[in-house]
Amino acid sequence: MIVTNTETVPGKTIVEFYGLVSGSTVRAKHVGKDILASLKNLVGGELKSYTDLLKEARQEATQRMLQEAESVGANAVVNVRFSTSSVTQGAAELFAYGTAVRVE
Amino acid sequence: MTDLQFNIGLSLFLLLLGYFAGTYLERQHFISIRQREQDLLNVPAVNFRSVPPDWQVESSGLAAGSVVVSVDYFKRFLAGLRILIGGRVKTYETLLDRGRREALLRMKEQAIAGGYDAIINVRLETSRLANANGQGTAGVEILAYGTALKLANTATA
Repeated sequence: MIVTNTETVPGKTIVEFYGLVSGSTVRAKHVGKDILASLKNLVGGELKSYTDLLKEARQEATQRMLQEAESVGANAVVNVRFSTSSVTQGAAELFAYGTAVRVE
Repeated sequence: MTDLQFNIGLSLFLLLLGYFAGTYLERQHFISIRQREQDLLNVPAVNFRSVPPDWQVESSGLAAGSVVVSVDYFKRFLAGLRILIGGRVKTYETLLDRGRREALLRMKEQAIAGGYDAIINVRLETSRLANANGQGTAGVEILAYGTALKLANTATA
């Protein structure tokens, strides 16, 4: 499965469009990590636990998008976009979407 | 009365801790960023939407890098004062600067790890994370992503 955020797959041509595919996940941070992060907040810098949490969540959203693309018979997803929205306090939705296509 | 003294003492301690540790950590971070930027200059990352005509593309894939960064207690306090009189909030400028550069570097590092030579259509996204009680900043997340390319002739750098 080829994934790009450009409108085409460089070096290949699109032969068929399957439409929009998307994947999302809603994640909450757990209390322990939150306490550690608030301590880290005193000295500033990278909050590693949050970085990892969001990275994992985004990977899962991407994975779900790819599963959907696979189920419609695509071999690539182009023009992929990511978005993040906080649905409620302490939880965020990670969303990935793109267009499923067949390339040759 | 002792409660008040304790609170003032704690705040002062946190301000000093934030100032010394925060400044030190930020300086270390910038040193590391500048070093890695030099090392990764041979991987072009551009925000063109299509491949430059003289590049021969072999394969492509997505590369992404992200980081969550936050300011220290002292800088947050300074920013709070700054809001009263307006103007440039320098403490947050450096925060976003180091966050963006770090995210771009991680994106490049991921591209190299995947065996790619260049990245096109780079996009940067910033989102603010609220802390547990929904106030203040727990930090900002910065995401950099783009389409990584493996080139047939690496005559681009």
